[in-house]
Amino acid sequence: MEDRKIRVVVAKPGLDGHDRGAKVIARAFRDAGMEVIYTGLRQTPEQIVETAIQEDADAIGISILSGAHDHYFRTIIGLLKAKGAEDIIVFGGGVIPEGDIPGLMDLGAGAIFGPGTPTTTTIEWLQKAVEEKRARESRA
Amino acid sequence: MFKEDQLQAIGKGAEAHRKTMEKMLAKAPERKKEFRTSSETVAPVYSPADVENIDYMRDLGFPGQYPFTRGVQPNMYRGRFWTMRQYAGFSTAEDSNARYRFLLEQGSMGLSVAFDLPTQIGYDSDHPMAQGEVGKVGVPIDSLADMEILFDQIPLDKVSTSMTINAPASVLLAMYIALGEKQGVRSEELSGTIQNDILKEYIARGTYIFPPKPSMRLITDIFEFCSNHVPKWNTISISGYHIREAGSTAAQEIAFTLADGIAYVDAAIKKGQDPNVFGERLSFFFNSHNDFLEEVAKFRAARRLWARLMKERFGITNPKAMMLRFHTQTAGCTLTAQQPENNIARVAFQCLAAVLGGTQSLHSNSMDEALALPTEKSVNIALRTQQIVAYESGVCSTVDPLAGSYYIESLTDRLCQDAETYIAKIDDMGGMLTAIEKGYVQQQIQDAAYAYQRAIETGDMVVVGVNKFQMEEDNSGRELLRVDERVGRRQAEKIAAVKAKRDNLRVQTTLDEIRAAARDESVNLMPRILDCVRAYGTEGEICGVLREEFGEYRENIVL
Repeated sequence: MEDRKIRVVVAKPGLDGHDRGAKVIARAFRDAGMEVIYTGLRQTPEQIVETAIQEDADAIGISILSGAHDHYFRTIIGLLKAKGAEDIIVFGGGVIPEGDIPGLMDLGAGAIFGPGTPTTTTIEWLQKAVEEKRARESRA
Repeated sequence: MFKEDQLQAIGKGAEAHRKTMEKMLAKAPERKKEFRTSSETVAPVYSPADVENIDYMRDLGFPGQYPFTRGVQPNMYRGRFWTMRQYAGFSTAEDSNARYRFLLEQGSMGLSVAFDLPTQIGYDSDHPMAQGEVGKVGVPIDSLADMEILFDQIPLDKVSTSMTINAPASVLLAMYIALGEKQGVRSEELSGTIQNDILKEYIARGTYIFPPKPSMRLITDIFEFCSNHVPKWNTISISGYHIREAGSTAAQEIAFTLADGIAYVDAAIKKGQDPNVFGERLSFFFNSHNDFLEEVAKFRAARRLWARLMKERFGITNPKAMMLRFHTQTAGCTLTAQQPENNIARVAFQCLAAVLGGTQSLHSNSMDEALALPTEKSVNIALRTQQIVAYESGVCSTVDPLAGSYYIESLTDRLCQDAETYIAKIDDMGGMLTAIEKGYVQQQIQDAAYAYQRAIETGDMVVVGVNKFQMEEDNSGRELLRVDERVGRRQAEKIAAVKAKRDNLRVQTTLDEIRAAARDESVNLMPRILDCVRAYGTEGEICGVLREEFGEYRENIVL
């Protein structure tokens, strides 16, 4: 069990077409030995949650640069709860004002990474978060 | 460009310089193992030996002369400056109208409309897919009623307007024409640009709707319609900007943009249109990135290469149809969220590169755009930056002042050659549509983007304030522009009011005509779309019919 690779969905919710960051981080996760499912553009929250559940993902990384972050984090985290999948870690990045981050954390986001974050920072955070999640699950 | 005996002496000098360098390097290594631009290696020094194969009249010529390397006009900015055109739009038509009038009062010379994502993807503000996105990255335009507010007290015969709209470009252009009719301005008098470049949407920007074939038809319908009715309109803005933002190198930016251009010219010729005519109305859009001298060389190389392609590949004889005229925007991807004021300096020299590269119009980014949409204050600093370059820097007094620099000419030449190599590869694949289908272009860009990120993380590339010279800072209290979350609901109410007031029977008839025209390629869609928007048919209704007829594009995911 310990050796099971981290499975992460990298998601582009809504209409935002900026996918440079999503693709770079997806590739960095893959190079770090994770199994990455990249959704592609224009995913509805329902599609993203469905993908994460079907793929038995540990985490969903949301990339959003259109300013609609509040709406999408709220909806995706809400749907995960409704489907009893709230153990899936939700984190994200993009153009998200610092002042909005506490609100997203209150909704249940694990972390928000702004522009300029090294991919290694995100990778290390995710490895640790998944490790803790799995430890919680094996205790339960 | 030099005589044989001069070149011999220069060769000897270069050899002596190389030997001195070798000795020096043995004692003190340089800062880096290799110096590079985004695309090319850089030697320690350039001399006439590096440009000996360049023929002045063949490769440069004078400004306003083929191949236009030095610029498209004979006197460039001595006549008039470039158009200072700031891309703006947010929240509602009312708020955006206020921002446009502010920009015009402050000396902006043309408008540039940013539409929100639902508008860019052909959804009305009340569509479920529009939730959370209305008014966020631009202004929502659902019907002619919104356009009337957006341009309130802005006479369309006095401004030129650029609209960043692609998949539904016909609809927004039709609304602009219909608005002109209401203001008493004939379509022949309208000037401006629609982006209308679908290929780069598939490659890099993401606001596509329809599959390639019907999308290309919409574009060529616009070319034809404008040739006859809106002759001063730039019917397309073939865009490298977003390709570069997605991570490409400068050489790739030229190559993929011009390869897109080739595909549009091919498509219009196949429809029986004359490239000597529609070629005059093609325009381009480039990025101005950090490597100052490479960027100057890039603009010059792009002009030279496009002129040659139009003349040699398409046999064009009208020089105006060979000229690469372009808009520039400073590189959004170089803006940092860290120490955002530093972005003012970045933008300033990116502006300078665009001007030294001979741009026809320019948008300068605001310092806070890595954080949110820009505030009025930061937009004003960005505009003032352009005005300082124009009025104070002195670079506008003579044309193409960097020409003749051994480095600039050598780099211009190498960028040209590299771009030609990519274009030849794309030709071999069967053209740009196939290259996109195969994911080749996307893969090339992503590889470059990943290499760029790696270079920052290893410290090979320094980004001031990000991986060097960092400071503790707190941006949580910074003043940022916020879009009212209630905009979506208010916009939905507006649509309901328009639908209650208009002649719904006429709207239905015109929508049926659009459907019929969609099924018959020999009919131009533009006049039908124009009829529909005159009757206050909404963008979502028109694109809805076209979605049913044409289907929707599905992204080819490349990682």
